[in-house]
Amino acid sequence: MVAERLTAAGADVVRTGSRGMLWLEPLVEVETPAGRVGYGPVAPEDVDGLVAAGMLAAPERPTRRAETSDSPEGGRVVHPGPASPAIRHGESGVYLGLVEDLPWMRRQQRVTFARVGVVDPLSADDYVTHGGLTGLRAALRTSPTAVVEAVVESGLRGRGGAGFPTGIKWRTVLGAEADVKFVCCNADEGDSGTFADRMLIEGDPFTLIEGMTIAAHAVGATEGYVYLRSEYPDAVETLTAAIGVARERGWLGERILDSDLTFDLHVRVGAGAYICGEETSMLESLEGKRGQVRAKPPIPALEGLFGRPTVVNNVLSLASVPAILADGAASYAALGVGRSRGTSVFQLGGNVARGGIVETAFGITLGELVEDLGGGTASGRPARAVQVGGPLGAYLPVEKFDLSMDYEAFTEAGAMLGHGGIVVFDDTVDMAAMARFAFSFCAEESCGKCTPCRVGAVRGVETIDRIRTGQDREKNLVLLEDLCELMTDGSLCAMGGLTPMPVRSAVQHFGEDFTR
Amino acid sequence: MSLLKEPDYGTPAREGEATVEVTIDGVAVTVPPGTSVMRAAKQAGLDIPKLCATDSLEAFGSCRLCVVEIDGARGTPASCTTPVAPGMVVRTQTEKLGKLRRGVMELYISDHPLDCLTCSANGDCELQDMAGVTGLREVRYGSGVDAGANHMDLLKDTSNPYFDFDASKCIACSRCVRACDEVQGTIALTISGRGFDSKVAAGAGVPFMESDCVSCGACVQACPTATLQEKSVVELGMPTRSVITTCAYCGVGCSFKAELRGDELVRMVPYKDGGANEGHSCVKGRFAFGYASHPDRVMKPMLRESIADEWREVSWEEAIGFTARRLREIQAEHGAGSIGAITSSRTTNEEVYAVQKLVRAVFGNNNVDTCARVCHSPTGYGLKQTFGTSAGTQDFKSVEKADVILLIGANPTDAHPVFASRMKRRLRQGAKLVVIDPRRIDLVRTPHIEAAHHLALQPGTNVAVLNALAHVIVTEGLVDRAFTEERCEEVAGWETFIARPEHSPEAVAEITGVAAEDMRAAARLYAGAGNGAIYYGLGVTEHSQGSTTVMAMANLAMATGNIGRDGVGVNPLRGQNNVQGSCDMGSFPHELPGYRHVGDDDVRDIYEQLWGTPILSEPGLRIPNMFDSAIDGSFRALFVQGEDIAQSDPNTQHVHAALAALDLVVVQDLFVNETAKSRTSCCRARRSWRRTARSPTPSAGSTGSAR
Repeated sequence: MVAERLTAAGADVVRTGSRGMLWLEPLVEVETPAGRVGYGPVAPEDVDGLVAAGMLAAPERPTRRAETSDSPEGGRVVHPGPASPAIRHGESGVYLGLVEDLPWMRRQQRVTFARVGVVDPLSADDYVTHGGLTGLRAALRTSPTAVVEAVVESGLRGRGGAGFPTGIKWRTVLGAEADVKFVCCNADEGDSGTFADRMLIEGDPFTLIEGMTIAAHAVGATEGYVYLRSEYPDAVETLTAAIGVARERGWLGERILDSDLTFDLHVRVGAGAYICGEETSMLESLEGKRGQVRAKPPIPALEGLFGRPTVVNNVLSLASVPAILADGAASYAALGVGRSRGTSVFQLGGNVARGGIVETAFGITLGELVEDLGGGTASGRPARAVQVGGPLGAYLPVEKFDLSMDYEAFTEAGAMLGHGGIVVFDDTVDMAAMARFAFSFCAEESCGKCTPCRVGAVRGVETIDRIRTGQDREKNLVLLEDLCELMTDGSLCAMGGLTPMPVRSAVQHFGEDFTR
Repeated sequence: MSLLKEPDYGTPAREGEATVEVTIDGVAVTVPPGTSVMRAAKQAGLDIPKLCATDSLEAFGSCRLCVVEIDGARGTPASCTTPVAPGMVVRTQTEKLGKLRRGVMELYISDHPLDCLTCSANGDCELQDMAGVTGLREVRYGSGVDAGANHMDLLKDTSNPYFDFDASKCIACSRCVRACDEVQGTIALTISGRGFDSKVAAGAGVPFMESDCVSCGACVQACPTATLQEKSVVELGMPTRSVITTCAYCGVGCSFKAELRGDELVRMVPYKDGGANEGHSCVKGRFAFGYASHPDRVMKPMLRESIADEWREVSWEEAIGFTARRLREIQAEHGAGSIGAITSSRTTNEEVYAVQKLVRAVFGNNNVDTCARVCHSPTGYGLKQTFGTSAGTQDFKSVEKADVILLIGANPTDAHPVFASRMKRRLRQGAKLVVIDPRRIDLVRTPHIEAAHHLALQPGTNVAVLNALAHVIVTEGLVDRAFTEERCEEVAGWETFIARPEHSPEAVAEITGVAAEDMRAAARLYAGAGNGAIYYGLGVTEHSQGSTTVMAMANLAMATGNIGRDGVGVNPLRGQNNVQGSCDMGSFPHELPGYRHVGDDDVRDIYEQLWGTPILSEPGLRIPNMFDSAIDGSFRALFVQGEDIAQSDPNTQHVHAALAALDLVVVQDLFVNETAKSRTSCCRARRSWRRTARSPTPSAGSTGSAR
């Protein structure tokens, strides 16, 4: 609607991805010689007023084109000339000034998301104009081993949640002998409170394609799959279209960019099972089987898709690779703290005033994210708990707001970064109910293969119910802890193994909620 | 013998030299690379608790009972899915592991009926065993309905005539599903639902009998609880003793444990040590044992003077005395050559040996033949001519190494199901299949298997097709020269012959009904295989040109060097379980045991010394000759061991006329069969579950080469 009205007003409107400032959506950016000037959130009925007030007016040069979006991902209007004072001080209150200068953006270090919200997602030219393919070209100029070592050197670790060093994984696949190797991208972004994969695929799909192509070159793969969840129809559409464009441009297929590299990419759409985000279940699903966890070993790097050596990486890991190759491993490794190098893409959600995407170097504190960037709770009540890392992540109390956002600090605190989802709760939350939810989520989504997860999750719900209703509370709290220990140490995969994390953290930090 | 419980190593054996030394609970053990910690422990005499693991199936890692601690490794990995590594130090019994295992059992038992005392698996239940081993004393969640969610009210599926499926007792270990997949290859079972709703489902959740299930029973055998249980066990209770025996239904010759209580057969369980079946079976071997205690079984000798008389139960003395007297009387009246015997390929080597010895040493003639005459004498002849030995070249395990399989005139999924399962497993691993058969047999296209080529030839054109394949191999330069030069004779002559244009696929396409291009492609595939194996059945041997076809197959194998190692060879799929053995034992009228001709003085001398009686140097009557001679009056009495010639030999009217013309027919069988009914003076039989004699598997021959 917003786009339609802007077009009617004579603007050249292009839909971009989201900047990640969800409270400002729909966001319209007008391109000016000084930079992008933002307006948001813009309602359709605002448009005529804004245009009348000079949003698009008084260009010093002729209008070239404009880009925007109706909802909710934002967009940009390419337009020379600053906005008029009338708009700046207008009644609509949607004028934001230069987008780059917004505090939200200034706090960030956008590496993986550098182009998201900036470029036309399906414009190959736009992609190249904004630095696309630099990484792939650099990779193709060097040997697979050199690429692998660059990724090792960058310190990049798996952004899907496990945090395994990406380069080490690639090194294993490179060293494996096989007739065929695969690169598989895990885009089954099922964690509640996470949406970075979707934002990236919808906003800058070529980056993912480029990252996977670099991976293919690095390990000797010829075929790739993106396992994309069915709940993301727009991402499916965008990525499928982008792959088509990439093939046309010679970025995929035979002799990529006139090199010897042959690599093609396919999208496979999941069917709604959370467990298919677990890498071995994902591989089973890709093979057309029931989404059920495989025991490891063998690791997928040696026996993955159809038993062949396979790189399985998350969207964000793969999408970080082009920048590493383009700007050098050292520049990526220069960011971050300790063994957590580079940037992480955090996603603020739940009861938070300003939700969205925050890409920043590791080491920012939880409190800075929730309070400074997120602006506290949306309800205005005091924050009480934050769950980091999806439904299997720990619940942390506000006392832990000084926690550094890095892998080691979180592990030490009995928590995990996971896929970077941060869900905020205010003081009305019942943490015993949240602990129960962890078990019921596990019961709902368990593949059912291993006993601790299949039966344990159900018994966990029942045990918490008994605790909450005061039946043998002390004995059942002991049983609950025993069950958590069993699931943590005995489960086949991280689904059952991590379910106790939110439960134990809730009992540890919010014990009073279990004895009411 | 008491009930035999075979050891379960938890995961399958790995091939290769034992080179990896590990220490488990302080015990050093050396195993081949790739062996699981669980199996290595068992080899060291240490039992690690387990439920989802069994050594007929690949490790699955689902029950989490078999967790262990490994020095330097994180957490508590499952020993079934963890392969050994050099120097690994493992602990299988620690306080932490004990607690974890009790925790797992506590979860299992919280969703399991506590009716152990009245359960059909009482005493033969791994869940029960594990509750004991782990020291489970309390289920703090409560059990069943007391605990909360449960599966107690799931209904029993009794649709299968041989076994029940009681879902309320299922522990979702997937052993049945995996057995149906990995062992049998039918893939009729799956797990439906997920999480706590995971359930074993036949087909798309239909009753077992409506699914693709073939009732092979692999799932029943794999089940660790009473969930899948033989109806016979449900009705009769647990067996108490085992007898190892061989199934006589088909040519595979599966080994079984007949499990009895007293003399009552409770169930048949395939024997893991049986080379032919390695613990697998088909529906017949496992469940079709009703004959053992059938009321029609003949338990005492029976006699009648003429076909008009009623059968009379008699003593063994009378039966044997009568038979011996009559045979001697007939010989006195009509000559020594007027009587003879037919041996059975469904009996043991010892039994067959005894019959042919009876004929040669007592009857004083060579009138002994075998039912294998009808089905596989072309195999015997053809393979002897080409390889020098009348035996298939491989054991059944060999198929696990085959890369291309030529299947000719056989339908293993129906006729040799247990071998078919082994073949299918290999095909699912990627081996290629060429079917040469007029029929569109299941293996042409079945779940996860599709033949690379189906040469649906016209019946009677076996030789033409095989020669066309050979023609392609010779004219396209696909002959394995190194092999033929070192090991084969008269190669040049054969090549010149086979290279003639009239043998080309194009020349024979019309008479065979097979497209020339398909024959060329199949020949190239076979010749180019790392290991090319030929398997064939009665579609080859029961043709008038059967022997020639067998020789054509042998030539193909020799020309391509596909002979003399695992994964290759020329392999007959026989009609009965001891065709090879009965032939080995001297059942043919012209051959003493070991395929040695009766005309050979040196050979006869050996047996004359052994048996203390002269042996006739003239070959005796073959089965068809016996029938002809009976009708012309020169052949008067026949001893038939374990075969129903009235029903199974060709030209039934002729056979019946021959039987009617005989003065005496002696039938040794379990039942009054059609032969006995048609004309019999004496009938006796007893199949006991005490037999311990050996019968080799039909294709347990030597590997051969042409020289």
